[in-house]
This record gives sequence, C-alpha cells and structure tokens, in this order.
Amino acid sequence: MKRVLGISAYLAVKEIWRNRARFLLVSLVIALITLLVLFIAALGEGLGNGNREYISKLDAQLIAYQAKSDFLISASRLDRDRLASIRRVAGVQDVGMLGTANANIILPGGGEPLKAALLGIEPGHVGEPPIVQGRPLSTKLADEVIIDRSTALRSGLQVGDPLRIRVTQGTRDEFYELRVVGISDGQQYALQPSIFVPFFTWEQVRPKSEAEVNSGNDPVGNVILIKVKDPAQAESVSQRISAQVNNIEIATVAAAIQALPGYSAQQSTLNTQGGFTLFIGLLVIGGFFQIQILQKVAQIGVLKAIGTTNTIVAATFVIQISLVTLIGVAIGGLLSFLFSLTFPPTVPIVFNGTTSAIAIAALLLIGPLGGLVSIRYAVRIEPLKALGLSI
Amino acid sequence: MKNTSYSIETRSIIKTYQSDFGVIQAVDDVSLQVSPGEFVALVGPSGSGKTTMLSILAALLKPTSGSILLDGQDISAMSETERVALRREKIGFTFQANNLLPYLTAVENVELMLRLNNKLDKAGSLRAQELLARLGLGQRLNNLTGQLSGGQQQRVAIARALIHNPSLVLADEPTASLDTERAYQVVETFAGLIHEQNRAGIMVTHDLRMCEFVDRVLQMRDGKLVATYNDRKSIMKLVNSRAGD
Repeated sequence: MKRVLGISAYLAVKEIWRNRARFLLVSLVIALITLLVLFIAALGEGLGNGNREYISKLDAQLIAYQAKSDFLISASRLDRDRLASIRRVAGVQDVGMLGTANANIILPGGGEPLKAALLGIEPGHVGEPPIVQGRPLSTKLADEVIIDRSTALRSGLQVGDPLRIRVTQGTRDEFYELRVVGISDGQQYALQPSIFVPFFTWEQVRPKSEAEVNSGNDPVGNVILIKVKDPAQAESVSQRISAQVNNIEIATVAAAIQALPGYSAQQSTLNTQGGFTLFIGLLVIGGFFQIQILQKVAQIGVLKAIGTTNTIVAATFVIQISLVTLIGVAIGGLLSFLFSLTFPPTVPIVFNGTTSAIAIAALLLIGPLGGLVSIRYAVRIEPLKALGLSI
Repeated sequence: MKNTSYSIETRSIIKTYQSDFGVIQAVDDVSLQVSPGEFVALVGPSGSGKTTMLSILAALLKPTSGSILLDGQDISAMSETERVALRREKIGFTFQANNLLPYLTAVENVELMLRLNNKLDKAGSLRAQELLARLGLGQRLNNLTGQLSGGQQQRVAIARALIHNPSLVLADEPTASLDTERAYQVVETFAGLIHEQNRAGIMVTHDLRMCEFVDRVLQMRDGKLVATYNDRKSIMKLVNSRAGD
C-alpha cells in the first residue's frame, strides 16, 4: 500500500508541478466556487442569525403564545394574568413577558433614523439579555434602555448616552427620551438591531393604533418566555402548562425559531443555492478531469502496458484531484476571510465556524466525487486500444 | 514441456476475432522461440498478424489457444493481475509513439520502471543516467520529453525498456516516426544493447531496411509464419529487396 501511494503521489505531484499553470487555473475555479459557497453559507447564517439571534440566545426553553396564533409572535396577545398562571405551574423556574414592536432611533449626530426592534422585557427575569458593558435594567427607573451590540455599532451610542426614539401612536409621531444603561451582546430580532426597555415602559412607548391610544386596557404583551427548573423535563412542563392555563399554545425555542416569519423559507432558499453551487462545482471539476483523461488516454495506456496497476492509476487521479481541490478551497477560504474583513456590520454576513467547516468539508468532497467518473474511465482504459495495437 | 534455454517460446498460437464479417483468424498456429541475446524482427504487410502476435507476446492479449512460455512460465494461463506484474518485471517495451510520460524528464521516465518495480535506489538512478549517457543523452537527462526530438525520445524509451533487466524486450515499429538516418541509429543501438545485455528482443517493423541489425527475421502473412531468415546472407538479401512481404 505504501509503495502504491508513493508511486501515485510521485506521478500526481510531478504532473501537477510540470503543468502548474493549467492545474492552478482549475484550482482558481474551485476557489471561486468556494468563495461563492462560503458567502452563501455566511449570508444564510447572517440572515438566519439576524432573524433568530435574540430568540436563540434566550435562557428559556419554552415560549407561550396565544392559542391559534400559529406561533407568530406578532399575532399573539397575552395578558399578565396568564403570566401569573404560568409562573405557578410546577417545574417552572421563571417567566418573563415579551412585547415586540418597532421604533426609530434618532441618532445623536443626525442622519437617517436607525430602525430597531423595540422589545419590552421584565427586568431581572428571563428575556433580559446578558450585559457585556454597563448594567442590567433596574426595576425602579422606567427610562432605562439596554441596546444590543449591533445597535451600538450602528448608532455609536455608549453607556450613559441619552437615546431618543420616535414611534407612531394613533396618527401622531411621538418622541421618547431614554437612557442607555447597558450594552448586550448581539441580540438582533427580525433582522433589526434591538433595544430593550422594561415591559411597562414598552407599553407606554410602543407604536399604537388610535383605538389603543384611547383605551385604558391592561397592558398586553406578545408572548411569555418560560424557563423550566430541569430542561430535560421541558416537554412535561409544557404539557402541564397547556393543561392548567387556558387559551395558550406552547412551543420550544427551536420550534419558535422555525416559526419566525420567513425564517424557514429563507434558510431553505439559501441552502438550495448553496447546494446548487456545490453541484455546479461537482460538474466543473468532473468535466475538467474527464477532458484531461480523454487527452491522456495514450499515456495511461503506456503506463498500463509497462505494468502499472489499476490501483496506482486510480490512486494517482484521486491524489491529483484531492490536491487541486485542496489548493482551490484553501485559496477560496483565504479570499473569503479577506473579503469578510471589508464588509460593514450592516451586511448580514456571519462566518460561523460550524457552517463554514461543513461547507469546506462539502467542497473538499466534491473534487473526488466529481472525478469519480473520470477515474472509472481511466481504470477501464485498455492499453491495447490506447496504444493503437488492437485490430 | 519447458525449454528454459529460450527466453520466450510460443507453441501453436491461434488468435481469432469475431467481426461483423465473421470470424477472423489474426494469428494462425504460430510457434517461435527467441533465445537470450537474440534480436528477432517480425515483418509482414499490414494485416499479417504481426501486431496481434506482439500483443500476445507482451501479455496484453490472451491467445484463443496455444501457449506462451516466458522464462518457462506459461503466460496464457496467468490471471490479469499476474500478467500486469509480469509486464512490469520481465518485459521491456518501446512503442511507435506516445512512449513517454510528458511530465517526467528523460531520466525520470527511465527511473519509472525501477520505481514501479520497487528497485529505485541510488545505484539504480546512476544506472539510468549511465544508460541514457550511452545512448547519447547525457546532456538531456533533465529535459522533459517535449524538449527532445523523436529520435531522442525513442532512445529514452529504449533505456526505459532495458533498465529493469527484463527477459524480453519488445519494440513495436520503433522507427515509424523517424527519418532514415535516425531510424538506423536507434535500431543499431537497440540491437547493440540487446546483445550486450543478453536479452531476448523482438521488433515488429514494416521497414525491411531495419532488419540489417537483427539476428533473425520472421515473416508473417495472413496470420501465419511463412518464412524464417536465419543467416546473414539471406537477411541482407531480404533487406536489399525491400519487398516487405
């Protein structure tokens, strides 16, 4: 085996080196495919992350929605009575109301207002994001706000800065003055940077219809975030809540992410694009090596005639294809990294380690896979025919 | 019964093909023997069966019937794997064209046979260089084959055919792509090395002038061996006739 690999590697490397311009060209094509696949993967990750980031980072296992809301956060309405009811269910450790809305942040330096997700949470309860700078929301002061890292990056706001938001209530634009007390890690929601205010503040400052402005109803949030004592028992807790609390439906966090508007469709579209790009790569590599083998029929015939085994012939091509693919993927990976450094934070591109590793593994596999047909062809070449000795 | 005094011996070789026009008898009851140090030419017109015979001798093609003994071993009974190993270890080849790997240098092409036989060491590498130098390619060792003329390429192929000390050396029209002067040089060198290294050599050629350097000429027609020219006088008469068949 060692001898076979030694001879195969020798022949493969010699041919690549002595025809390096031609092989480099193929590697560059693979590099471009790699660039495309990695960017599609990063775009998928970035868009998906922008949609689910806050939900996926929640320290909760379950989310309660209004019954028949189809697990759409924006379509769900839950009052505080249900919050209290859920809190009393055995196995529940903590609950927090979540209200979602949109607001425009008036930037201190002027310019276009920054559109952000305005999220109402319960200070000190599940739903409040972890703070990386400053402090969490207090339970006493209503004008406090936590901004997530993407808001901080895009607005330039710091801890202690005043934050002015504009919302439409009824038919009027209203402006509210808040104060940044903390900055969390990235917590985007619905592809927007997020700002977090106490739930009762949220109830006051959120956009409202004319009817809502004039009514004196009790505050209503969208969903209730539930942290269970033992995450392994989340399913049974979910069943208990459903049995004990009326007019709600429960989803796990993973199911809630899938139910986010457009999330599944967006991810499947991007995954399909990535898959097609890989498929095109497979055809390109397969086509190149097939043409190359057709040009080398006589050489392969000579090799076989002088006693080279099919194993050596096949291994030579596998090594050659793998090397060319590896070089291409390495160049493509490096280019992707360099390009990623030039993108502003507003572009939803995230190079996630796992996603990139899967994409790279897939790219490394398409070389040998694409070359399978040509390897099979090479192995089946008859030296007699290749050398023109057959009658 | 084995006769180990011959490097190669064939007994009543028959090769038939099925074609659209019926059964074709490409080789018809051919028996021949070649001893170590003997250089034999196989001549005949197109379609006479000489290339088929060469393919059978090279263990590239199985005969329909008959036996081929190389160093006493019956090739016709061997499996494909055994025949691949036999070609690598006991047979040296030169072909009409496309002889060499274009991405290897002259010396690397020659060393390839040693590499395939797991015999490439410093001494082997030195032997390859010396052999190429003897063939007038001492200054061309590290040239890629594309940088060599047709004659030089054939000489590299001759070196490759001999470097691993095979029992049998086969040449298929080695002068087909060469001009007359280079053709003479190549065959003369080839013959010299076969005699010197005591190998059995068989050359298929349609150019009777090249028979000047061989020890025996076997003439084929319609798949049969129709004449044998053993002595120098009769060989030279054939060479001068240039009749071909």
